Amino acid sequence: MTLDIALRHERADFVLDAAFGAPPGLTALFGRSGSGKTTVVNAVSGLLTPDAGRIAAEDRVLLDTARGIDLPPHRRRLGYIFQEGRLFPHLTVRQNLRYGAWFAPKNAPREDPDKVVALLGIGHLLDRRPGGLSGGEKQRVAIGRALLSAPRLILADEPLAALDEARKAEILPYFERLRDEVSVPILYVSHSASEVARLATTVVALDAGRVIRQGPAAEVLSDPTVLPAGAREAGAVLSARVTAHHADGLTELDAGGQPLFLPRIAQAPGQTVRVRIAAHDVILSRGRPEGLSALNVLQGTVRDLRPGHGPGTLVSIATAAGPLLARVTRRSAQALDLEPGTPVHAVVKTVSVAPADIGTATQAG
Amino acid sequence: MTQWLGPEEWQAVALSLQVSFWATLVSLPLGVFVAYALARWSFPGKQLLNGLVHLPLILPPVVTGYLLLLSFGTQGPVGAVLQDLGIVLAFRWTGAALAAGVMAFPLMVRAIRLSIEAVDPKLEQASATLGAAPVWVFLTVTLPMTLPGIIAGAVLAFAKAMGEFGATITFVSNIPGQTRTIPSAIYAFLQVPGGADSAMKLVIVSVAVAMGALLLSEFLARRVAARVGGT
Repeated sequence: MTLDIALRHERADFVLDAAFGAPPGLTALFGRSGSGKTTVVNAVSGLLTPDAGRIAAEDRVLLDTARGIDLPPHRRRLGYIFQEGRLFPHLTVRQNLRYGAWFAPKNAPREDPDKVVALLGIGHLLDRRPGGLSGGEKQRVAIGRALLSAPRLILADEPLAALDEARKAEILPYFERLRDEVSVPILYVSHSASEVARLATTVVALDAGRVIRQGPAAEVLSDPTVLPAGAREAGAVLSARVTAHHADGLTELDAGGQPLFLPRIAQAPGQTVRVRIAAHDVILSRGRPEGLSALNVLQGTVRDLRPGHGPGTLVSIATAAGPLLARVTRRSAQALDLEPGTPVHAVVKTVSVAPADIGTATQAG
Repeated sequence: MTQWLGPEEWQAVALSLQVSFWATLVSLPLGVFVAYALARWSFPGKQLLNGLVHLPLILPPVVTGYLLLLSFGTQGPVGAVLQDLGIVLAFRWTGAALAAGVMAFPLMVRAIRLSIEAVDPKLEQASATLGAAPVWVFLTVTLPMTLPGIIAGAVLAFAKAMGEFGATITFVSNIPGQTRTIPSAIYAFLQVPGGADSAMKLVIVSVAVAMGALLLSEFLARRVAARVGGT
């Protein structure tokens, strides 16, 4: 199942001109607010008709302005998870969950309702009404409602943006499970680098209505030019396999043959996780540092340096575990004589890696 | 009731209830439709329709009644057609129901329109993305969430219909058993010596019915609002 999108939509102060494909898995539409992300999702859902464009989900054409095809939203069969939930207040949670299935064609491939309820942990809420639920609970029900409408595709428009950090941490694992356990592809809109790093299989970076970069998540996110907050928010995504949980509260991982210590994580030994390491948390050293409190020292080679507007420079380093980004001052880069090809040691403090930056990886990644 | 009320008075009460019931019931679907159109659609002539709906609220009732007589009387353009179809409104209780319905219509539409405007269109969008065609969006989301307003509008229209006098007496006159509703009966009783006693009884009935209707609508609207409000 893939999604192909080509759109052109013009407004007084804004032109959207974007084309991209979304392969199976979770495709993140990534960019700062006003970059056109929500316009794309609304066009895919049919809530907005673009000036010109073509949208096809697998072989089903949803929109083709050249051929005069524009399916209304109710005939597109897309599960839309809105930022603010939008549960029906006059129906119980159970009725909300069943709502979409009622309209779906009888022969459409369906998720098992009991499985979805279990996956989202909402079994105890079924007889309640949305008015009495917490923000996180509402959003879990909204995910279930979209999933049970037998959709061809799931759209999620900043589904965590209205939640506080604790609620975000509550919902993120459900999106990971959705990505890994449900065959329906997901188009996920976000402006948060750490959210995208944790969830995305593929990233499409939008800026001012144009696609500036698309590709596998680790690759796109290591390019600081795609980040809404610029180098300040830069970070790289490593994948590592859990080797052991230690008694002192640390988890040891294997990152391309080098040990990586993180604060205790939930994943079991043998599982692969993705770890986002923020560029400003990485220290560089030419020689192997001795007598250091930091536990993680990863060996690598400098790939390139990108001076920023301020005093900083973003150094990208190839390690055995994947690309790593370090944000250092230009002065340090000169002092260390860094240039492409220079062997360096990257130092990462264990405690600087936040739990929100660690997620279960897809089987493939 | 029949002991306390004389046959003449009872006839007026029964007729008023009958006229108001049918006036409300028949105008309700149209009221919901017009309220929805005014709340959600934009179309040429929208302000004209809005003005037309509200006209009976502002015009002297006698004028409305006379206009009804001109158009729905047996000589009128609409009345003549209806007569060919075997429907006569002039000087019948059905005509009284029409007059009451027209006079109550603006109140009904206002109440329903306000509650439709209070329904978040984002919920209707969510319903559409889940596969509901526009008719189903209306029936499963808009209508149930508008129910308190529809109940309020219907009760308000019923109460207004119970009290309608000017347009009714102009359009269908004041014929006992046919068009003599409570207000017309009170008026008639007050025209004859010794009728004040009967008039007073009808006044009490009027107040009781109006009060009962308001309390009932409050009760129903509260129950529905609690359901719709999701607590």
